[in-house]
Amino acid sequence: MTQSVFAPWNDPGAKPLIQFKNVTKRFGEFVAIDDLTIDIFEQEFYALLGPSGCGKTTLMRMLAGFETPTEGTILLDGQNIAPVPPNKRAVNMMFQSYALFPHLSIWDNIAFGLKREGLAKDVIGDRVQEMLRLTRLEKFARRKPHQISGGQRQRVALARSLAKAPKLLLLDEPLGALDKKLRQETQFELMDIQEKTGTTFVIVTHDQEEAMTVASRVAVMDHGKIIQVATPADIYEQPNSVYVADFIGDVNIIEGKAEPQGGKVSIAWAEGQPNVTGTPSSEITKGQTVHFAIRPEKVTISATKPEDATNAIQGKILDIAYLGNVSTYHVELPNGVVIKSQTANNRRLSRRSFTWEDDVWLSWTDTAGILLER
Amino acid sequence: MRRISLILVPYLWLLALFLVPFLIVLKISLSDTALAIPPYTPTLDLSGWETFRAFVGALDMENFVWLTEDDLYWKAYLSSLKIALISTFFTLLIGFPIAYGMAQAREDWRPTLLMLVILPFWTSFLIRVYSWMGILSQEGYLNQLLLSFGLIDEPLIILNTPVAVYIGIVYTYLPFMVLPVYSALEKLDGSLLEAAEDLGCSRTSAFWLVTVPLSKSGIIAGSFLVFIPTLGEFVIPSLLGGSRTLMIGKVLWEEFFNNRDWPVASAVAIILLLILVIPIILFQRNEQKQREAEG
Repeated sequence: MTQSVFAPWNDPGAKPLIQFKNVTKRFGEFVAIDDLTIDIFEQEFYALLGPSGCGKTTLMRMLAGFETPTEGTILLDGQNIAPVPPNKRAVNMMFQSYALFPHLSIWDNIAFGLKREGLAKDVIGDRVQEMLRLTRLEKFARRKPHQISGGQRQRVALARSLAKAPKLLLLDEPLGALDKKLRQETQFELMDIQEKTGTTFVIVTHDQEEAMTVASRVAVMDHGKIIQVATPADIYEQPNSVYVADFIGDVNIIEGKAEPQGGKVSIAWAEGQPNVTGTPSSEITKGQTVHFAIRPEKVTISATKPEDATNAIQGKILDIAYLGNVSTYHVELPNGVVIKSQTANNRRLSRRSFTWEDDVWLSWTDTAGILLER
Repeated sequence: MRRISLILVPYLWLLALFLVPFLIVLKISLSDTALAIPPYTPTLDLSGWETFRAFVGALDMENFVWLTEDDLYWKAYLSSLKIALISTFFTLLIGFPIAYGMAQAREDWRPTLLMLVILPFWTSFLIRVYSWMGILSQEGYLNQLLLSFGLIDEPLIILNTPVAVYIGIVYTYLPFMVLPVYSALEKLDGSLLEAAEDLGCSRTSAFWLVTVPLSKSGIIAGSFLVFIPTLGEFVIPSLLGGSRTLMIGKVLWEEFFNNRDWPVASAVAIILLLILVIPIILFQRNEQKQREAEG
């Protein structure tokens, strides 16, 4: 039995749950969202990633109903949701501050939305119990929000927003207030809950690691525009622009003039330095300015010049960032450019091969990096 | 040592200016009225054990018994309670929307609005009450205005009625309601209301389910700050209420200055204090509970 990969965005027949059609949102002169068109599919875990002020929160607030688009339409299940007020939408939101009601117990917080629907008492009770079990909060049902820890509060907020079984759950920086270790654990918990409930999640975050961990697709935003939407792996390995390559993870960017040579492109990037060779993914014309982006972990560092490498440059170690599992070497080339190279520390520190001021060779294959036009 | 002296100063202050006067009033309330200076007997004589025993023996509860026998007093207490309760209710009714509006106002406007609420305190309280007499009297501004609009055919009689007392009290004590309610509403996190809406509340039900419960401490504090001084209020009923408005503060004044019956006046004051102690204790418990909830 073959297991099909979850990728409705590649299926032309799939019907998106949410469609943004040329949506623009202005606040006075300021354009928060600029002519944006995206599709989000059912059961997706969709991450909106970008620096603060890029419009990701505005986008989410439009889905929740707290903002209306200035132009364009937002469709949920094929229906325009602009005239539907927030309290009538099958969309729930988990707030960045959690926004738990301080005067109500955990139980009442979770039951809040269900009570507004006028459900029968035992139905509400069952549902709240189910949510408490899902988020492992059974023991805290009678406590008030100020009597539990930050991580527990985060789970209450999640339980409360999931209680009404929304078609779409919005998460606004859900893990921002947690410390790193708890955040990582909670990321997996979120994925687990998303899978169990089958709800479509849209998460807003500025933490790229978080987006990469949880999301089925990541949308990188900047200045109210979507720069790229792709799976985490594609965003990392196939960025469509220098902005995306630079925003996600660490990257070395080499800018130069292109010179196609057969199936390869040779880049003249600095005087007195050998050309860098890369494999183009699109048509590159001679003399065009291109950016060669390569991740530090794909740059090999060695003491002597490797025999078979397509690209090899000599330099001197300027700095070493020791992170435990990996070390990042900042290597300065004779012309002053610094290239980063990352190596996994699978040997003990005492036997480390390189130290400060060492002359080393950096090398990589022609397919290790990516050629970007902008 | 420094800590003890720091605590000692306020306690000595309270002892000298609160506890000692209270004991004096308590002692007078147990004395008998007399044509003398001071107008009561016995006076404290500490010249010897025998004279002191004679002094204690002369004290009795007669005045308190008298308070229960003459229905003027308990009617005055009840009437004061009624006026204080109704005034507190109306102060809340008017004060809450003012505080709500202030908390909703743009941030750079709030200090100005706050200033405007406090501004009346810069004018003498007596002058402000007197000016209400000018507004509410039969030839006053209010009647002139209503007559000129043709809303009424003959002047309304407001001054020297309970209505004038309510107007005076609500006007005077409004800031005491607005300020604590405002400070509670200002702290309210706007995302809580958004969360309530997101979970299916209309704007109105979000107000009743979130805004009101979360401003409860401010409402309670404001209500006590209005209720407690109103209960013993003397100036406003005597200036605006005429002879028909019965309030315990006024009775106290009359016993003291018109009848020169210091012992009965003191007994009235002691009972008033006991009535006030209950809401004051409740008020402090509310404060404590709030502190615990926040801490």
